[in-house]
Amino acid sequence: MAALVRSLGDWDLAEELVQDALVAALEHWPRDGIPENPGAWLMTTARRKGIDRLRREARYRDKLAQLQEEPMIEATAHGDERLELIFACCHPALPRESQIALTLRSVVGLTTAEIARAFVTPEATIAQRLVRAKRKIAEAGIPMRVPTADELPDRLAEILGVLYLMFNEGYIASASPERRDLAEDARWLAGLIVRLMPDEPEAIGLLALMTLQLARAAARFSPDGRLILLEDQDRSRWDARAIAEGIALVERAGRMRRAGPYQVQAAIAACHAEARSWAETDWTQIVMLYEGLTRMTGSSVVRLNHAIALAHVAGAARALAEIDEMSDELDRYHLYHATRAAFLRELDRADEARDADRRALALTDNPAERALLLERIGA
Amino acid sequence: MKYMLMFISDDSNWDPTKPETQAAYKRIGEWFEEHTKSGKITGGEELKATTTATTVRQRNGKITVTDGPFAESKESIGGYALVDVKDLDEAVAMAKTWPALSAIEIRPLVTHDDPSARLEP
Repeated sequence: MAALVRSLGDWDLAEELVQDALVAALEHWPRDGIPENPGAWLMTTARRKGIDRLRREARYRDKLAQLQEEPMIEATAHGDERLELIFACCHPALPRESQIALTLRSVVGLTTAEIARAFVTPEATIAQRLVRAKRKIAEAGIPMRVPTADELPDRLAEILGVLYLMFNEGYIASASPERRDLAEDARWLAGLIVRLMPDEPEAIGLLALMTLQLARAAARFSPDGRLILLEDQDRSRWDARAIAEGIALVERAGRMRRAGPYQVQAAIAACHAEARSWAETDWTQIVMLYEGLTRMTGSSVVRLNHAIALAHVAGAARALAEIDEMSDELDRYHLYHATRAAFLRELDRADEARDADRRALALTDNPAERALLLERIGA
Repeated sequence: MKYMLMFISDDSNWDPTKPETQAAYKRIGEWFEEHTKSGKITGGEELKATTTATTVRQRNGKITVTDGPFAESKESIGGYALVDVKDLDEAVAMAKTWPALSAIEIRPLVTHDDPSARLEP
């Protein structure tokens, strides 16, 4: 489809032509047998149908010449075209929510209805989002190509950002079985990027991170749909093969010697995945990894996670001192106060712990988190 | 494709007597020269400060003339360049090399040989 979009510069038309070609395939293939190269057959058919249609529609008269002049693109060139399509879908000139919807529609092939279900958003909203995004691509001149070398790092980071957001959208919400699992779609896309751009360690890092997190998916929810924290998960239900695969990916990325935040997060996930129990977790290694991640991202939330790991190695008093330094930046973040409460409780400072939990409670609407905090406060 | 690059800045910071402003002018001049030579820039000007602006507005059939820019904002358009480049990425690449501190809004121009400009909404 990417090849058609590129030669026509018209997303909707290309989509319709591919649909038409698929319908034709359903008619022809059972009768005449599946052609030797189905991809090329579809492409040829879609193009021929495009030419038919363009002849009928005066609006695209000038594009007809374009389509006839261009040489047939071999089906073997397919990989590169998909990459170009992803770069266009995740162009920074499109709003984030459109990037996600367009990638799911055009690269993964979800229907508008499926995307709407995944985001618990009305179908009309998604449809409009897609229409606007396609129109902007055409009218603002967003190109269908892999960016130049000097732009590639930023543009690839944009794609990985889109995929990670898509993944989290699915991963956090995966308790409800009627919703489509966007996390799996995001992992499939990350795998596609890694196949098409095999020398990008951060793409491999992101794929590793997703693989390792999904490996624990079966143990994350109780039968009645409640979230089970990592500490309490039944580790025998983790997918050992996926974990091995994830760890191999972390190592493959590491050999390229260009570290980045996704690789480090994947390495942290690998530490957890390798530990046979919560108690046997290699906290020293995790503390070091979080130190690296803090340096790379400068994020206070990462530092908070660093402190949590540090508490396992150096004790709650050290960890508390570390997070108290961040009280200004994180004062509005409920997990900052909840973490503080946990350290204080460990240090037998029960009154202060309760105050911190109350502060956390006032800052979150999430029912599962509220239930946990209320239980701790003893209210 | 044709685009307009609109250079948006806070013109209260723009003092032509300051040496850094003069240095910026020099770099801007070089930027225009370089991209005009390569054929990417087809036109462009610097605008005087918003203190010199006048806005004519038509509302409910009535025309009013007021002092000042169309929008009350610290930032305003201080100049523009018309460019003719392959696609948005090339326009963005040009904007990234703009040598002054400002935001740059990139807008494609409506050209009447472009069928997408006539598509129904």
